[in-house]
Amino acid sequence: MISVHNLTKTYGQQTVLNIDKLEIPKGQSFGLVGNNGAGKTTLFSLLLDLIQPSSGHIVNNDVQVDQSEAWKPFTSAFIDESFLIGYLTPEEYFYFIGELRGRNKADVDALLSNFTDFFHDEILGQKKYLRDLSKGNQKKVGIVASFIGNPEVVILDEPFANLDPTTQIRLKGIIKDLAAKEEVTVLVSSHDLIHVTEVCERIVVLNKGEIVRDIHTSTETLKELETFFGG
Amino acid sequence: MLKHFIGLQWKSFYRSASFKTEIWFKILMGLGALWFIFTFTMLGVGSFYIIEKSGLGDPLRVVNRFMVYYLAFDLVFRYMLQKMPVTNIKPLLYLPFKKSQVVNYSLGKTIISFFNIAHAFFFIPFSVVLLIEGYDPLQVIGWHLGLMALFYCNNFINIMVNNKDGVFYVFAALFILAGASQYYQWFDITLYTQPVFDFLYDLPWTAIVPWLILAGLYFSAFAYFKKHMYLDGGLAKKQSEAKTENLEWLDRFGNLGTFLKNDIKLIKRNKRSRTAVIMGFFFIFYGLLFFTSAIEVYDGPFWKIFAGIFVTGGFLFSFGQYVPSWDSSYYPLMMSQNIKYREYLSSKWYLVIIATIISTILASFYLYFGWEAYVAVLVGAIYNIGINSYLVLWGGAYVKTPIELTSNKKAFGDKQAFNAKTLLLTLPKLVLPIGIYAIGHFLINPVAGYLFVAIFGLLGFAFKEKVFTMIEGIYKKEKYKTLQAYKQK
Repeated sequence: MISVHNLTKTYGQQTVLNIDKLEIPKGQSFGLVGNNGAGKTTLFSLLLDLIQPSSGHIVNNDVQVDQSEAWKPFTSAFIDESFLIGYLTPEEYFYFIGELRGRNKADVDALLSNFTDFFHDEILGQKKYLRDLSKGNQKKVGIVASFIGNPEVVILDEPFANLDPTTQIRLKGIIKDLAAKEEVTVLVSSHDLIHVTEVCERIVVLNKGEIVRDIHTSTETLKELETFFGG
Repeated sequence: MLKHFIGLQWKSFYRSASFKTEIWFKILMGLGALWFIFTFTMLGVGSFYIIEKSGLGDPLRVVNRFMVYYLAFDLVFRYMLQKMPVTNIKPLLYLPFKKSQVVNYSLGKTIISFFNIAHAFFFIPFSVVLLIEGYDPLQVIGWHLGLMALFYCNNFINIMVNNKDGVFYVFAALFILAGASQYYQWFDITLYTQPVFDFLYDLPWTAIVPWLILAGLYFSAFAYFKKHMYLDGGLAKKQSEAKTENLEWLDRFGNLGTFLKNDIKLIKRNKRSRTAVIMGFFFIFYGLLFFTSAIEVYDGPFWKIFAGIFVTGGFLFSFGQYVPSWDSSYYPLMMSQNIKYREYLSSKWYLVIIATIISTILASFYLYFGWEAYVAVLVGAIYNIGINSYLVLWGGAYVKTPIELTSNKKAFGDKQAFNAKTLLLTLPKLVLPIGIYAIGHFLINPVAGYLFVAIFGLLGFAFKEKVFTMIEGIYKKEKYKTLQAYKQK
């Protein structure tokens, strides 16, 4: 589904990302872990063509992302608040995304009804604009909005950060369900090793822009990661 | 303690994003400031003699007479633009400062604000001229000090009524009503207010009264702030109750409708964009200056075209100018969502076109000044639709200033939005149509001049697809730089 070829990103003298080769097959649930500045968000931003690679390229489902816009219909993401439109209510935002992805109101409502628990009555019908919601609730909106329109690739940067424990557990369930679908490739980055090992089939560790571990998740994975980061 | 505060203030000034521009731009900014100071000073010096010459009577009395409007206008202006001193208080709250110190510092900071200093550039030279012209020094000083206190009163009144829109609109309406009734000679408010200002001169000791009022206002502002200095009190962000709007009638336009719906909400729900649109609306009346022959210089034939462009292009200049910065806070979303660049651009284009057409219809009252006036407006509209609509979109590709939607700061011109490329692009917006008109006007006759401009506009309209492909290319090229720039708040 996604393949990365000789990808580098440099700012001045500093190389922040340097990946020779990375293949993510269709349907995989892919976890990205690493310390601050390891290049996780840089990689995701490159995937979404929000920054330009210094060299190399990414191919998403046969579309080279920095050349064509054709990856947009089947890819969706939530990176940070800049993916939210502050002056809309959550409902309006969901419908807006829905319309962009060819889903009418009924479709969006049907999808949203699956997330009643996740929203915990704090999102819909609140008479609040997104900019006035708390950080955690904003995140919930952004994450759910990225599921609208059956995307084949879902990219979530730090989805667990800022969420309360109940919501974190629910989100894990949601991502697992999503990953269980054959056709959906999920990319998640996280600082929380426990969450990411629970959710992802494969975990890649980035350190200073380079891939240092590429693990197929098993019972020992958490230990291995803890040793890596602890040592 | 004060040392810390001043240090912080200095850093926040020196390190602000707007200060970190290129060196030539700093020079330009400096020159601009000097020019501003110079003109105001000249106005202060010159106005005494201008008033004296025009035979309105004693210049000091004339100034006193209109002072009430000056003060009212100052207050309205402050309300719209002056920023409240509450920003940057939050990080100080839990530090070992006394609350009263923080409040004093925040209020004190407003004293040196531009909105207070600017008056000095006019009133100090004016007072100096008064002294030179042999007015009694003691009386002039009393008058001057009294007025100074009144400006500072405005400063603190503004702080206290901040964000009470109801109070503001009532006040603004009264102010406009007073002005109108004076113009039509129903009721002259200055008859009652002039003596108040005259007192300051005639009996200089009365200048103490405004100072007492000022002291009172300062202490009430102080008390008010101190009482409300909690995160959920005066420091809380204003939240308005949100209404979900449907605007379903726009659905028939497909993806275009989706964007238009969003843009309408953008305009309605954000202070900054509302201000831009209101400003654009007032442009409609700009033509009155030209067509009523109110100002002699504007009687030349080209000015009619100039007026036509402005009357119908208000929205285009005030809102269109800042596309795509209106979407700056969620630009990454727009760039990664299922949106084609061309659709996004054409939705903005349609918005500008619709607004231009609405302005043209609203401007039909210019028919009152003869069909020629309205023809100028129509021709201006055609040129705006055919040419200027592309030019603002094109220029927008280079405007990389993020817009803070909820604040009115910088609503009147942004330093960073003003760069060489956008400046160059204003030439064809205004100068070119005047040039085209002039060719027709001098070679054939005025009608030909209008016709030429209109044909030019229609030609532009005909080449829409081609021009859009070009603009789209520029936006794509600038995309990464723009995303990068919008990240820096």
